[in-house]
Amino acid sequence: MEITYVYSKFRREFGRQGLFSDRAEAVMVDIQPNPRLMSNFVVKTPRDQASQACMDMSEHPVNTERFESSNCGINHMEGAWPKDINPRDLEQTVRFKKKIEKEENYVNSLVHLGYVMDHCIRQNNTIDIYQEHFKEDEIEKVPEFPTAKTMSVFRDPNQVKRTITGLSWHPDGGRKLAAAYCSLDFQKSPPDMSFDSYIWDLEKPNYPEMALKPESPLVCLDYNPKDPHTLLGGSYGGQIVLWDTRRGSQPVEYSSLEHTHRDPVYKIIWLQSKTGTDAFSASTDGQILWWDVRKLSEPTERLVLDPSREGNLDQALGAISLEFEPTMPTKFMVGTEQGMVVSCNRKAKTPAEKIVCTYEGHHGPIYAIQRNPFFPKNFLTVGDWTARIWSEDIKESSIMWTKYQMSYLMDACWSPVRPSVFLTVKMEGVLDIWDLLFKQSEPTLSVKVSDKALYSLRIQDNGQVLACGSHSGEATLLHISSGLSTLQKNEKSLMAAMFERETKREKILEARQREIRLKERSRSEQSREDEAWREDGDEDPEQILAKVESDFYSMVEVEMRKRERERRAAAPQEEEARDENEVKNEEEDEVKKEDEEVEKEEDEVKKEDEVKNEDEVKNEDEVKNEDEVKKEGEVKIEEEGEVKKEEGEVKNEEEGEVKKEEDEVKKEEDEVKNEEDEVKNEGENDEKNEEEDGETE
Amino acid sequence: MTILYFSLYHFIIEGHKGVIGTIIVNSEGLPIRTTLDNSTTSLYARLLRSFTTLARSAVRDVDPQNDLTFVRIRSKKQEILVAPENNFLLIVIQNPSE
Repeated sequence: MEITYVYSKFRREFGRQGLFSDRAEAVMVDIQPNPRLMSNFVVKTPRDQASQACMDMSEHPVNTERFESSNCGINHMEGAWPKDINPRDLEQTVRFKKKIEKEENYVNSLVHLGYVMDHCIRQNNTIDIYQEHFKEDEIEKVPEFPTAKTMSVFRDPNQVKRTITGLSWHPDGGRKLAAAYCSLDFQKSPPDMSFDSYIWDLEKPNYPEMALKPESPLVCLDYNPKDPHTLLGGSYGGQIVLWDTRRGSQPVEYSSLEHTHRDPVYKIIWLQSKTGTDAFSASTDGQILWWDVRKLSEPTERLVLDPSREGNLDQALGAISLEFEPTMPTKFMVGTEQGMVVSCNRKAKTPAEKIVCTYEGHHGPIYAIQRNPFFPKNFLTVGDWTARIWSEDIKESSIMWTKYQMSYLMDACWSPVRPSVFLTVKMEGVLDIWDLLFKQSEPTLSVKVSDKALYSLRIQDNGQVLACGSHSGEATLLHISSGLSTLQKNEKSLMAAMFERETKREKILEARQREIRLKERSRSEQSREDEAWREDGDEDPEQILAKVESDFYSMVEVEMRKRERERRAAAPQEEEARDENEVKNEEEDEVKKEDEEVEKEEDEVKKEDEVKNEDEVKNEDEVKNEDEVKKEGEVKIEEEGEVKKEEGEVKNEEEGEVKKEEDEVKKEEDEVKNEEDEVKNEGENDEKNEEEDGETE
Repeated sequence: MTILYFSLYHFIIEGHKGVIGTIIVNSEGLPIRTTLDNSTTSLYARLLRSFTTLARSAVRDVDPQNDLTFVRIRSKKQEILVAPENNFLLIVIQNPSE
């Protein structure tokens, strides 16, 4: 081994061993956190996040553009003839046929077929092989839930959508639907909005069958029930427009601008007449106009809806809905913007008599009014947030009403098949079907037809198909389940009973109200009389009180004297006693007289208490009492204390008697209220019973 | 022979009670012989030809060895009897006696 490096050191220069020692802790360095750096960081609540090893998915609906198709058929008349033979040439065809008949093939197969056929024919003639041996029992109807199914939707083909404000079914079977399109928003209609209204064929929902082109958009439409080709429309500009569908989309005639309505025509209905050409229309300018469609230049009749019956247009109410029942051709009803229903008679002699009566009850415009087709005396109105049913006889209020709904009701109609069913549409796009025999507090069926508000509703005469029009120009066709569109047994009689019961209830309430009013009036008149009388004896009650005071004074004095006498009788002081006795005797005599007087007064007081409100006797008594009270008051002013308490009791008694009379009056009123409650309870119980019956049925 | 068979045919088929009419159709659907008027004949011929073909193919699809022997269409008002064959079709419309 080589020595590569020599390292030498003196022994004395070696280091000493390390000697370790303890030392207390001492902070060497302290670095504080710098708060200014906090702003660079965000406080985050700790959270768990799971991650999964799978793909991220998203969902996206796609709708293709609508493909419009139309159906058409081809009729194949004749074919299969060989090329060389002309089918129209009789001779050729006959020759061809004969040629085939002569083929052997033909004959053979025919024979064979003949045998087979012969067998079957004979079989048929012998016995009916398809005879039903087990007659099937009638299938029991399973009670199904009420449903309404959307069959199709007719959309406004224009870019700018308008509200469907009026609907009318074709009178002949209802295969076509006429819809009036108009934007009712005040001044919000865009300039390029189309004015057209359409007639739709139910089989072809993709495009309207025919367009009606007026000069201003139509607010309402009606098919002539006698002639399915003619239509009348009321336009936004106030004119009445007549169409004949055979003549095309352009109107046949307009009403003249001078004599027509000055506001949009909200409702137009054809009338039943011999000529079949009469109609009447209503508008918010306050007029009802009658027209003969052969001459639209001038209305035949005019009625101003002035409730004060003066024919003053300024005071007139704006009409929004009309009602006409062909079975009652002289009467009609108008629903107004102010919430009042006006019932009118067309055949009245003077214009003032035309307005028969008014019914008030709604807080807002009445958008629909219709008589019950089975019970024409009852009619349905819809406005603000309720639907109300009225009876013609009761003018004060409606006989039945729904509770306040969440949104505005825009249109309603009765079912033409069932007297207890009516339908309403609301601003939130919901169609409600109400069945009064089943449930009165809620609709039996509530269907959300559209996202937009529903403005109009029309049911077909079969009661099963209905159309409702929305704000965005969509007319939805719905099919109601058979349960709601077939007449149940006993339905008519039950509904008649229900209407009668409700009408009766309202009548009783009206009568009670009148009675109470009469009583109050008579009482107020009497109190006026009493006040007139009491100018002389203003202090009548006070006098009586004073009188009673004095009575008690005397009674108490008598007692006290008796006790004094007894005390003094105990003391042997005869002279004093005698004197006092004499004095007492005298006083007793006086007291007796006073007692007698007091008794008389008491009787009189009692009589007076009973007969408070009468005339002459009172006066005399008052006079007597005044004198006596004054005398006694002077004599007996001395004693007080306990007497006052007793007075208080007396006063309480008096007041008690007065109160008794008041109580009697109150009892009478309570009785009245109890009777009302009883009637209402009866009504409710009946309703409950009816509900239970309806449900069991 | 043909005449004999024809008369037989006539008597057997057309003479039966309740028979409204008879049609003989060839394989292409052309009516050869008929007792009904032209429009009705062509209507029946066309419809029943295709119907019989469909029926036959159905039967044979189920069982290839099977074959259609007879077709009876009973409706509310009458019964249509069709005797099929490869070449011809004999159609009889009968009012079934009940």
